[in-house]
Order: sequence, then C-alpha cells, then structure tokens
Amino acid sequence: MSATTTRKTSNDSRNVQNPPPVARKRNSLAKGHLPRWAVPGIAAASLILGAAASTLGGFSVATLAIYTAIIFVIASTVITTLVEGPRQGRNALATNLVYAAFLLALIPLASVLFTVLQKGLPGINTHFLFHSMNGITGAVDNASVEDGTPVLGGAYHAVIGTLLITLWSTVISVPVGMLTAIYLVEYGKNGPLARAITFFVDVMTGIPSIVAGLFATALFAVLMGPTARMGIVAAVALSVLMIPTVVRSTEEMLKIVPNELREAAYALGVRKWRTIAKVVIPTAISGIASGVTLAIARVIGETAPILVTAGLANNINVNVFGNWMATLPTFIYYQILTPTSPTNVDPSIQRAWAAALLLIIMVMVLNLGARLVAGLFAPKKGR
Amino acid sequence: MTTNALRRNGSKGQAGDKIFSGAALGAGILILATLLAVAIFLFIQALPTFTADPTLVSGGEGFLAYIFPIVIGTVIAAAIALLIATPVGIAVALFISHYAPRRLAAGLGYVIDLLAAIPSVIYGAWGYLVLAPALVPSFQWLSENLGFIPLFEGPASQTGKTILTAGIVLAVMVLPIITSLSREIFLQTPKLHEEAALALGATRWEMITMSVLPFARPGIISAVMLGLGRALGETMAVALVLSTGGLIPSLIKSGNQTIAAEIALNFPEAFGLRLAELIAAGLVLFVITLVVNLIARAIIARHKEFSGAN
Repeated sequence: MSATTTRKTSNDSRNVQNPPPVARKRNSLAKGHLPRWAVPGIAAASLILGAAASTLGGFSVATLAIYTAIIFVIASTVITTLVEGPRQGRNALATNLVYAAFLLALIPLASVLFTVLQKGLPGINTHFLFHSMNGITGAVDNASVEDGTPVLGGAYHAVIGTLLITLWSTVISVPVGMLTAIYLVEYGKNGPLARAITFFVDVMTGIPSIVAGLFATALFAVLMGPTARMGIVAAVALSVLMIPTVVRSTEEMLKIVPNELREAAYALGVRKWRTIAKVVIPTAISGIASGVTLAIARVIGETAPILVTAGLANNINVNVFGNWMATLPTFIYYQILTPTSPTNVDPSIQRAWAAALLLIIMVMVLNLGARLVAGLFAPKKGR
Repeated sequence: MTTNALRRNGSKGQAGDKIFSGAALGAGILILATLLAVAIFLFIQALPTFTADPTLVSGGEGFLAYIFPIVIGTVIAAAIALLIATPVGIAVALFISHYAPRRLAAGLGYVIDLLAAIPSVIYGAWGYLVLAPALVPSFQWLSENLGFIPLFEGPASQTGKTILTAGIVLAVMVLPIITSLSREIFLQTPKLHEEAALALGATRWEMITMSVLPFARPGIISAVMLGLGRALGETMAVALVLSTGGLIPSLIKSGNQTIAAEIALNFPEAFGLRLAELIAAGLVLFVITLVVNLIARAIIARHKEFSGAN
C-alpha cells in the first residue's frame, strides 16, 4: 500500500463505499482511509483472539485483558499503517498507548478502593468504633477464631489519637503558615528574604515524612531527654509537613485578592494590618480554608512520623503531652506487621482493613469538604 | 515638640501595625530556622555514630559500610518506580490534556488526584496483602525465562515481597505527582503552536512531538525529579511490602533495604548507638532528597517564564 497519499477529508469514506462506476481507479484523496467500524471491529477481533490465547495457559480476567490489549495495539497499528500509511500508523500507536496508560493508572486506584471496601466493611461495627485494643491479647483473638465469635477490639483509641494529633498540628501550622504567606504577599515585596522563604518552603514540601518525624524526636530528645514520645512530638513532626502546604495555598489565595480592595482601604486611612485582617483575609478565606483542609487530609494519613514520635498504645490516651498514643495509620501498620495473635492473623488483618476504610473515609470527606468549602464560600464575583 | 493634630491621630494603631508585620516576619524566619534546625538537630543526635568505634556500628565495619547498601537499595527502589511511573504518568497527563473529551478532562484529573490522596500506609497494606501475592506467578515466569539476567535471577520469592513489588507500589504513589505537574504544563502549550502544526497536516501525535513535548521538557524533568524525591523518602510502602535483607542484584528475591524503611522498622526498639545510627541514616536521606529537590526547583525557576510551572 502506498505511503504517500495519506490526506483525507470527511467525504472520502462515502467515495470508497460507492466508487464511481466509470473509473475503477480509486480517488487518490480517498485512498487509504479506514472505515468507521474499523476500531470496534479490531477491538472485537482482538477480544476473541485474546480470549483464545488466555484459555491456552489458564484463564483469568487479568491475562484476558493483557492479551486483548496487546493484540489490539499491535493489530490496529499494523492495519492503520498498511491502509493509511506509516504516519497515521504511528499516530494510532501513540493514541492506543496513551489510552492504555490511562486505563493502567486506574487499575491500582480501583483495586485499592475495592479491596479496602470489600475487606473493611465486615469489620466495621459499633464495637470496633467504640472500643480500644486495651486487654485484647493473642488469646482473645485465638478464642474468637476457634469459637467463631465476633472479633473483639477496635480502633477507638486510634481514632482519638489521630484526631488529637491532627488537631494540634493544625493549631501549630495554620497561624505560622498563614502569617508566612501574609509576609510573602503583603510585606516581603519579592525581596531577598521573601525569595529565600519561597524557595525553602518549596524545598520543605519535599522533606521525607520520616525525616520530619526524626527531626521532632531529635528536637524533643535535646529538650526533654531521649525517651520523649508523646502526641505533641508527633504534632510537631506533622506541622513540619503541613506548614509548606498551608503557606503555598494561602499565598496563592492572597495573590488573587484584587489590589483595588487594598487601595480602597488605604485611601480611607485604614492601617495596613487592619486592611489585611478585615479586607484581604475575609476575601480569600474560602480558598484558605480549602487549602488548610487539603493540608489536613495530607497529614492525617501519615504513618512514618507517628511511628518514630508517638510510639504505639493499645489503650485510650487523650493527653497529647504525656504517654504514647496510637493513630489510625500506625494501628493499621502494627496490626499487619505484628498481628496480635501470631497464630491466628485473621482478626488483626480484619481490624487493619476496617481501620483503613475508616481512614480512607476521613481523607475522602476532607477532600470533598475542601472542594465544597471552596465552592460555597467563594467571594461573589461582580455585583 | 509640637503636637500636630494629624500626626497624633496618625500614630494611633501603629503598635498593631508593628506587631502584625513583626509576627509575619517572625513566622517567615521561623520556617527558615526550622529547616536549619532539622539539619542541626539530626546532626547532633547522629554525632555518636561518626565518632564511635567502627566495630560497634551495625555490621561492624563503620557507618559508611552500614549505610552504603541501603542507599543503593533506596536508589534501586526509586529507579524502578520512576522507570514505570514516568512514561505512564506523562501518557496519562497527555490523555487528560490532549486526548480525553473536554467535558471529562477535569473530572479525570480529579480521579488521578484521588490516587495521591490515599494514605501511604493503605498502599503498603494493599501491596502486602493484594499486589505481592498477585505478582508471584509473574516472578516465577521471569526467573524461569529471563533467569540468565542477574536482575531476574531465581529462585523467585514465594511471597512476592521483593524490591520489584515495592518499586511498583512506589510507582503508583509517584504517578499522580508526575501526572498533575506535567498536565499543568501541557495545558500551557501555546495554542498557536498546536494549531500551526495541525494546519500543516500533522497528525495528533506529530503535533504533540513537535509542539507540546519540546515546550514542556523542562517541566517534565522537574516533575520527574519531584517524583524521585517522593520515591526516595517514601517509608510505609517499602516497610510493609519488602521482605528485607542484604544488598543483592536480583529484583525478584527477598533482599535489599531502603533508608526510610530501615528507620521505620528498627526505630521503635532502638536505643543508644543504634538510635544515633538510624538518625544518621535519616540525615543521609534528608541530604539526598534535599539535593534532588534543589535541582528540581532550580530547573523550574530557570524555566519559570516559559513553563509557568511552580
């Protein structure tokens, strides 16, 4: 097939189907154009071939999908190259690969959400939600497996720990982050200090979470001795991760507040700090609130910094300034890695997935909440 | 001194101004100080490792011999993650910016952002309980058919808890970072460049290679570097998924270790010199990720006016 004529118009396919009776030679413009049904046709054919190939070596949905995808990509590329020329062939290959990449990226998302729902739902009940792991030993788990009774022990202590530690890190990060953003936008004026802060805030975004945890431990070890593990240390570690996010989102929001508003306030003789507090921040508050919510969603699932700062507790602890504390992520981690009963791991795995479901629900609610807040309280445009 | 009426009025509230600007400045400096403090406190706590008798450090041959294998392990895991996540991430970004129907594009972008919202410990649990068992047959196949390559040397792990599995989980976690940053830049390609290419008869793919990718190259590089920073520092996925061991070339046997996972797994029971060792390992990780992030930010800053990425 000639590779030179690849031009086409939307009318070509009609010409191909009803060639003029006189001229047997095909219109050069119409030459090499796949009909509309070509793509679904090739897809159906590769599905059949893929099914045949996958039954040869033990059928499963995964192999069926893989074989079908490979056959489809190769077949449609080859057919397009033969009919429409190599340039269109490359285009078809790229299109197929881009679609395949997107579907590939959805697989882990779907698999994670499905697994968490499927394995987490059986473990969610009022006992799980409102009881801690206090007194739950391997013997209790063994008994529940042998007698077939419901799994005892829950994540109440971890939920409380998560909420308290996240609350304290928010209390630390929001003022610091907002004031920094105010400095950058209102006072810094792109000077050397402001540029340095912007740069290092960006760098701080990339600090590995475990290093933030080690920093908080090292800081409190110097201040209070080497065994200081409690909720507030974890809150400091999470603040290190949260502050840059708060700064960035607040900065973006303050930047889009129109200068006319500031100038109007100055013209009325209002002090700069009152202008910021009464005019600039209220205008941007919806965006700031949504940014803070997203920052909370980011740190609420952090495990590594908690692991090295707050330890792990099995009982309820509401005092962030003393004793070890559990959070949902560390609860999941330890239930999987060191099951309560080493011989019967199922109760621990069930508790871990239930806690994972709880954690995912929290994160999703925060994410959706951030979007709602941004939408609902956005400043009205125009009059 | 004369007391001018205007002046007297004008000084009212000056204290508020000073306090407010001082607090804002203080908060900004606090952030710089925090970053400095991270380095200093980690160094103080890590100091005993460097001064201790080399035979007392884990492995018995000093800190360098201890840290070297796990640095290499970290790099291997991150390299696997990037090898998978870079092409897929860029393709997904292209899908959202140039292939998907306009009306769906924003929603699809949000779906990919959801990948980033899932906590890392849940990815770890998923990798441990779902992905690792699912990959065992593939590892068997690799060791049987490609076993002559040292990377796939058998016998393959029976649990699937290998550095390759950890790398795949890391790839899933890095993907949304690469995708969202690349997407932003692809969308900023000048429309006229794209339309000029199409008007010359270019196919969609030729238009992308001629106008979109050259425009976005610095942005893609920095997106990959930021993904690398995340992959190097990610803890939970590796700590849960990898069955650790010494440094080995095979990707499908248990073995290898990363810095972050080494810290997470050993820290709760560590004390004395071991604690200092782990904090020193954390310091090494901090320095590595800092360098990677600095390079990424420098690339972004240099091309800011062209790419608009930040």
